[in-house]
Amino acid sequence: MSILVDEETRVIVQGITGRDGSFHTEAMLQYGTRVVAGVTPGKGGRMVGAVPVFDTVRQAVKETGAPCSVLFVPAAHAPDAIREAADGGISLVVCITEGIPVLDMVDLYDELKRKQVQLVGPNCPGVISPGKCKVGIMPGHIHAQGPVGVISRSGTLTYEVVRGLTSRKMGQSTCVGIGGDPIIGTSFVDLLEMFENDDQTEAIVMIGEIGGQAEEEAASFIKTSVHKRVVAFISGRTAPPGKRMGHAGAIISGRTGGAEAKVKALREAGVAVVDTPDQIPDAL
Amino acid sequence: MANEILRMTVEGFAVRQVLVAEKLDIRAEYYLGITVDREAKSVVLIISDAGGMDIEQIAAHQPQRVRRFTLAGGDGPRSNTLEQWLSVLFTDQVLLDQVVSIVQNIHRFFRDKDCSLVEVNPLALTAGSRLIAADAKIVFDDNALWRHPDIARLRNEQEYTQDELQAKDAGLSFVSLSGEIGCMVNGAGLAMATIDGIKLAGGSAANFLDVGGSSSPGKVLSAMRILLGNTRLKVILVNIFGGITRCDDVAQGILAARQRLGIPVPMVIRLVGTNEQQARDMLRRGLPDAQDAAGGPKADLIVASEMTEAIREAVNLAKKGGGA
Repeated sequence: MSILVDEETRVIVQGITGRDGSFHTEAMLQYGTRVVAGVTPGKGGRMVGAVPVFDTVRQAVKETGAPCSVLFVPAAHAPDAIREAADGGISLVVCITEGIPVLDMVDLYDELKRKQVQLVGPNCPGVISPGKCKVGIMPGHIHAQGPVGVISRSGTLTYEVVRGLTSRKMGQSTCVGIGGDPIIGTSFVDLLEMFENDDQTEAIVMIGEIGGQAEEEAASFIKTSVHKRVVAFISGRTAPPGKRMGHAGAIISGRTGGAEAKVKALREAGVAVVDTPDQIPDAL
Repeated sequence: MANEILRMTVEGFAVRQVLVAEKLDIRAEYYLGITVDREAKSVVLIISDAGGMDIEQIAAHQPQRVRRFTLAGGDGPRSNTLEQWLSVLFTDQVLLDQVVSIVQNIHRFFRDKDCSLVEVNPLALTAGSRLIAADAKIVFDDNALWRHPDIARLRNEQEYTQDELQAKDAGLSFVSLSGEIGCMVNGAGLAMATIDGIKLAGGSAANFLDVGGSSSPGKVLSAMRILLGNTRLKVILVNIFGGITRCDDVAQGILAARQRLGIPVPMVIRLVGTNEQQARDMLRRGLPDAQDAAGGPKADLIVASEMTEAIREAVNLAKKGGGA
C-alpha cells in the first residue's frame, strides 16, 4: 500500500488550461498518473492532450468518478475552486497554489472538516506514491518505490532528501509536501497516523522548519502513537529571530516556534534528529 | 526636544519622524490582541490584565493571566458573548461597554483589511475611566494586499535596505545576514538548510536568498547583482535543486553575470535536477570566455554535485581569504 494516492487513483486537474496546469498535467501523465479530466470554467468541451476539459468539478466527477483533484488555480480564485471541489464530490484536494490569503484558509478549514474533505496544502509540491501515482509538481525521476514515508513543510528541500534516499536504495512509500503556509489542510500528525497504519511504510522521515508548533504537536503524537522509526530534520536552526509578529504568536503557545524547542521535543519523543539532510539515510 | 530626537539613531534606524501624543495618567494596563492561531486554525481574541512590556514573560510563567477566545465566523461573537468573556477583566459596566465596542471594532477591521495581527498593548485605563490604545501594532497579510490597495499604499520604502528593495523589485525573497558567503538557493527550506549547513561547517552566510520557483536567467542575474553589492562578500555559493526551476536557465544567468558584472570572488556552484547535464556543459564551455570578458582577477569556480561538498568548498574558500 501507500497513503492518500496509489495506482488506482483517478485525478482531476483544476486549472488545467493554464500554463502550469497544462505543463504539469503532461508531466503527471508521463509519470503514469491517471489524470482523467480537467476543469476550467468556460472552457468545457476542449481537450488538453488526451484529457477532456469540463466547466465544473461536479460534471467532471459525474463523468469520471474521480475522488481526487489537484489545483493549479491562481490564488485569488483558489479558495472558491477548493470549495467547488468539496461540493462537487472530491474527497482529496491537493492545492499547489501559493499566496492564498490566510483568512480565506481559516474559513475554508472548518468547512472542509465538516464536509470530511482532505486538503493537502496549499503552497505545497503535492503528493507522490513512487511508481504508482504523482499528484503535484515534484520531479518524478528522483523517487523510487520503497518503505520510507516522507512528510515535509518544504519543497526543494524535500527533493534534496528524497534524492539522497533514492541514491542509497531507500525507496519511498509516499512523499507528502504539506505546505509552508500558516493554515494548512493536512498536518504532520494526520500523516504520521496514516503512515503508522500503512503496511508498506516501515520508517518515516519528517522535514520541519522554524515557526509555529507543528513539530511539537507531531512530537507529542509520536510519543504516544507512533511505533515506527522516525527521523527528522529541522531547517532554520541558525536563522536569526525574524521580524517580530508582535507578541501574539508567542503568547498563544507560550513558546516562540524556535528550532531548539522543536529539536528537543522531537528527541524526547524518541525521534532521531539529524543536523544535515544527508545524514538522514544513515539515521534510518 | 523634537530636534534632538530627530538626530538620534535607535537600534540602527535613523529617526525620521516624531509622534507627539497626549500624556496619559495611566491607572492600569491591559493587553488586547486579535490574531490567527495557526494550530487552532482560527481567529482568536487574546486578553490579559498584564499589559505592557513583559506580556510574553507573563504568558510563559503565569498562563492563567492570559485568556484566549475563538472568534468563529466573519461576523465574530455577539455583544452578550463578548460581554461575558470580557467581564472577567472588567467588572465596571461603563468600562465593559467600552471594551466590548473596542473588540468589535478591532475584529471588524481585522476581517475587513485581512490582518494577521491587531494588537493593542497596552490598552490603558486612564484616571478618567477611559480606555485608550496607548500603543498598537497591526500586521497585514501580504497575500491579501492585492484586494487592499489602500493598505498596499502605506508601504514605507524607507524601512527596507537597498538590497532588500532591489530583491523585492526582482521578485526575490531576500534577507541580509552578517557573514561572508553569499547564497543563492531555490526554495526557502533548502535556503535555510544551506545557511545552517554553512554554520555547521564553520562558516557564515551573508544572506538568505530564495530565487523562487521558475527562475529565469534574468532573475539569476538580478540575484547575482544583489550578492555582489555586499562588501563583506568572500565567496558565492549557488545551490539549486531543479524542479520547476531549470538548471540550464540558472547556468545561463550565472554566465551572463560573469560577463556583464565580472565576479571578483570564487564561486561554488551546485546544480542538480531538471536539465542538470546541459547546465554543467554550459558552465564548462562558457567559463574561459566569461573570465576573459570580465577582465577582472581570475576567479575560482568549483562545480559540485552534493550539497555538503559544495558547502565545505565554500567555507574553505572563505577561510582562505580573497574577497571583493
